[in-house]
Amino acid sequence: MSWPFIIIAVVTLFAGAAAMSLRNLVHCALSLVVSLAGLAALYLTLGAQFVGFAQILVYVGAVAILIVFAVLLTRSDEAPNQTVLAPGWFAGVVVSTVVFATLGWAALNSTGLAKETPPVPETTVKNIGDLLMTQYVLPLEAIGLLLTAAMIGAVIIAMKEEPLSNSSRSRGNEATSSGISEPPHVGSYETKEGGRS
Amino acid sequence: MTPLQGCLLVSALLFAIGFAGAVTRRNSILALVGIELMLNAANLNFIAFWRYGAHPEALTGMMVVIFSIAIAAAEAAVGLALIIAIYRHYRTVNLDEIKDLKG
Repeated sequence: MSWPFIIIAVVTLFAGAAAMSLRNLVHCALSLVVSLAGLAALYLTLGAQFVGFAQILVYVGAVAILIVFAVLLTRSDEAPNQTVLAPGWFAGVVVSTVVFATLGWAALNSTGLAKETPPVPETTVKNIGDLLMTQYVLPLEAIGLLLTAAMIGAVIIAMKEEPLSNSSRSRGNEATSSGISEPPHVGSYETKEGGRS
Repeated sequence: MTPLQGCLLVSALLFAIGFAGAVTRRNSILALVGIELMLNAANLNFIAFWRYGAHPEALTGMMVVIFSIAIAAAEAAVGLALIIAIYRHYRTVNLDEIKDLKG
């Protein structure tokens, strides 16, 4: 156990605990950024440079910004005045403590774990690229398909509902009978006229 | 305590923190953040076993983590889009108030 590892691990864990326990959601998102950057630093100390920088790019760069946008779009950026904990929070804390105790006991008492530290393996980006293009080319294509589908799906889910239903309704009307004028337009027009006269 | 055990302990604690947050908080965005923390704890386990395991030159753990990061990014995008759609419908992101399946 080296000192840099211990320091980075303590910072990561405290930031993670803060991200889960603060009241203000913007503060939670900022603590999450610190925790994810600490994890990237842990990857760097473990010799996985490419994964560390991918972590910074994807999590600190993209996912944290996405979470901040979601916090602001749902207007939950001010601290709530009622309690922030769900009704059954005590059971959740007990279950998570049991999970940590089990995992920690298994990690400390397992006999199959490697005792000695092997030398740092040679990992260049060229090796990773070679493997991605030869042995892991099928998972790479599947990931590309998944990311495309997730992007299109996220846009469709988050799209406003009104224009979509309006256009589909008018399309259905064309098939059955000739068009009915859109109610929202007429309403706004009439109120504008009434205000002017 | 060997370095591998240190990594595993850090990962277990991070997983427990993420689980506690995902289960006990009312806000649905924070539940998603807790899930992200749990995914990251699993990634740390993969990297630790790759570094201290038997055949590090095969880069297996690293490849799993790269794909896992990509899947987690897709999950976060879809999850946050779902939260925004739910907020537009119910005007709240409080998990206790979102009870009806039928709008």
